[in-house]
Amino acid sequence: MDNDLTPERLVGFWRDMLRIRAFERAAVYQSSLGKIYGALHSYEGQESCAVGICGALTSEDYVASTHRGHGHSIAKGARMDRMMAELFGRETGYCKGKGGSLHIADFSCGMLGANGIVGASYAIAAGAALNAKISKNGRVAVAFFGDGAVTRGTFHETTNMASLLKLPLLLVCENNDYAQYMHRSETMVFDNVADLASNYKIPGVQLDGNDVRAVFRAATTARERALAGDGPTLLELKTQRFTGHSSGDPQVYRTKASVDELRRTRDPIAAFERELMDAEMLGDGDAIRAAVDAEVAAAVAFAEASAYPNDEELFSDVYA
Amino acid sequence: MREITYREAIREALSEEMRRSPRMIIMGEDLLPGGGSFGMHLNFGELFPGRMIETPISEAAIVGTALGAAMTGGPVVAEIMYSDFMTVCMDEVVNQAAKIRYMSGGQARVPLVVRTPYGIAKGIAAQHSQSLEAWYAHIPGLRVAMPATPADAKGLLKTALRGEDPVIFLEHKLLYNVKGPVPEDGEHLIPFGCASVARSGTDLSIVATGLMVSKALEAADTLAAEGISAEVIDPRTVSPLDWDTIFASVEKTGRALVVNEATLFGSIASEIAATIGEKRFNALDGPVRRIGSPFVPKPSTPGLEKLSVPSALDVVRIAREMMPRRRAA
Ligand SMILES: Cc1ncc(C[n+]2csc(CCOP(=O)(O)OP(=O)(O)O)c2C)c(N)n1
Ligand SMILES: [Mg+2]
Repeated sequence: MDNDLTPERLVGFWRDMLRIRAFERAAVYQSSLGKIYGALHSYEGQESCAVGICGALTSEDYVASTHRGHGHSIAKGARMDRMMAELFGRETGYCKGKGGSLHIADFSCGMLGANGIVGASYAIAAGAALNAKISKNGRVAVAFFGDGAVTRGTFHETTNMASLLKLPLLLVCENNDYAQYMHRSETMVFDNVADLASNYKIPGVQLDGNDVRAVFRAATTARERALAGDGPTLLELKTQRFTGHSSGDPQVYRTKASVDELRRTRDPIAAFERELMDAEMLGDGDAIRAAVDAEVAAAVAFAEASAYPNDEELFSDVYA
Repeated sequence: MREITYREAIREALSEEMRRSPRMIIMGEDLLPGGGSFGMHLNFGELFPGRMIETPISEAAIVGTALGAAMTGGPVVAEIMYSDFMTVCMDEVVNQAAKIRYMSGGQARVPLVVRTPYGIAKGIAAQHSQSLEAWYAHIPGLRVAMPATPADAKGLLKTALRGEDPVIFLEHKLLYNVKGPVPEDGEHLIPFGCASVARSGTDLSIVATGLMVSKALEAADTLAAEGISAEVIDPRTVSPLDWDTIFASVEKTGRALVVNEATLFGSIASEIAATIGEKRFNALDGPVRRIGSPFVPKPSTPGLEKLSVPSALDVVRIAREMMPRRRAA
């Protein structure tokens, strides 16, 4: 794997961040039109986290995700059209419409599933890492989780066990300061999630999640450590969500001004785009923007043109 | 009588009981901003300072702590945001809360109410849509309420909060905005184990729980137009169950149909049907019938989701099958 941050790679990161944002905006818009039935948790604002981490993975590596999982799926290589079709509840969706936003999975690219249960990703990823270790398949597993999930017992149980077993696991906390309506200062007594790592005798690294290069490098180091048999790494990415917790959240717990401020000062895409332009890696970027817009439009059209699953589908995929 | 929503009725029960018992506390995630995830605690922060315990996402610790607080004080409400998340605190519910009074030879009292929304909503899929009441009802030591109306929600919750046994209080998400008459009376208490006859009839008894009560009533309207008189019994609490009311109805009608939203296999509907068959066989004119969800996880997509739960039409269809064939004139 080429770990050098070549201009092509950096532009690829920018494009993938754009793709995630465009997908999320389209999803929120389609939801507002009533075309998407279930709830959505938008990843807007956190794009550099998924892109930096997944950029350091192979398509064979495993990812276990969260309720806010669209970005992880896209960054891991899932197709937007099948994702949008899943949100639309269509048979061409990744889960034939049966999972919806909360459960998008694409095993073909190592994406083991979004999850409706906070704190469920750790152990599933650890299990995939255990399999990787036992079968010596050269893969690592990533558990994505939010700051809010660190207070589940599963974090502590899994981190201890994974360290004990020296599993090839990356524990990636996307700390966006909020667990639903609660600020992290109201949900945890520790200041930094990364600090917890030392108790479990694994490296704990806190970094600016907006810095896609730094995220990529940290993930690359953690992956190398995992593959060397030295065990897990805990990465804490300081990030932010630009939207409410889910589609219906009026955000009474923070001001609109503070969200506007975040969008103005903490936009991972805008900052990175400026850098690339200053370094003359990007040109005006318009061709890429147009391609992303076209991909999203095609995804929506694909979803809309797809059929709903047949009634018999209710009974498939389950032992009865 | 004034009409309020199921949500407001629950809020009213909580606030009346908070006023009545100065030691009562409420614990859970996201309790206060915007009145909580389901708007249940509007203004409770100002009304009850120090008594709303906002917690991290730590269900096992929430229920375990609520239990310890209840054993030594209480009443305590532990709110679990969706009943599906009860699965991550089942030790605290099943091995701890349910058992301590018995195991301690009656020393413990456990004024603990775990409030939690259950059932399908809108496409929120397999991990947010379950009806797991049979799990709890299976455990001696737990009491389980499933109010179907705003008045019952208020009356049962108040009773739960004055009791000494742990209660799992199941609120259907699709009922929160439903309005109905609710007594303003601060002593509006509905005993556990006391069914309501939601509609009386003579040809057929439909025993339905939770959201299914409204489906059964809708079905009963349709059946009435066809000359079939259905009685609808709402047990209101599934542990304990009011067998007297159920049996009396079956003795009157000779036919029993039991409906619940939970997966039919191993459900409360199955338990009720089996017991009617065992205890009132001679009163029956035909086999007891059951309706529940098919044996599949809940799908997200709207068409399949609809198929995955019983409808009023299902009730009508089975009820028709249960009636004797009418002879051609
Ligand atoms: C066990 C469990 N408890 C509660 C919830 C409800 N819930 C869903 S997301 C969420 C907040 C999660 O916050 P965080 O982990 O920081 O992720 P973020 O939403 O910020 O991405 C809550 C409370 C849940 N899904 N599962
Ligand atoms: Mg968070």
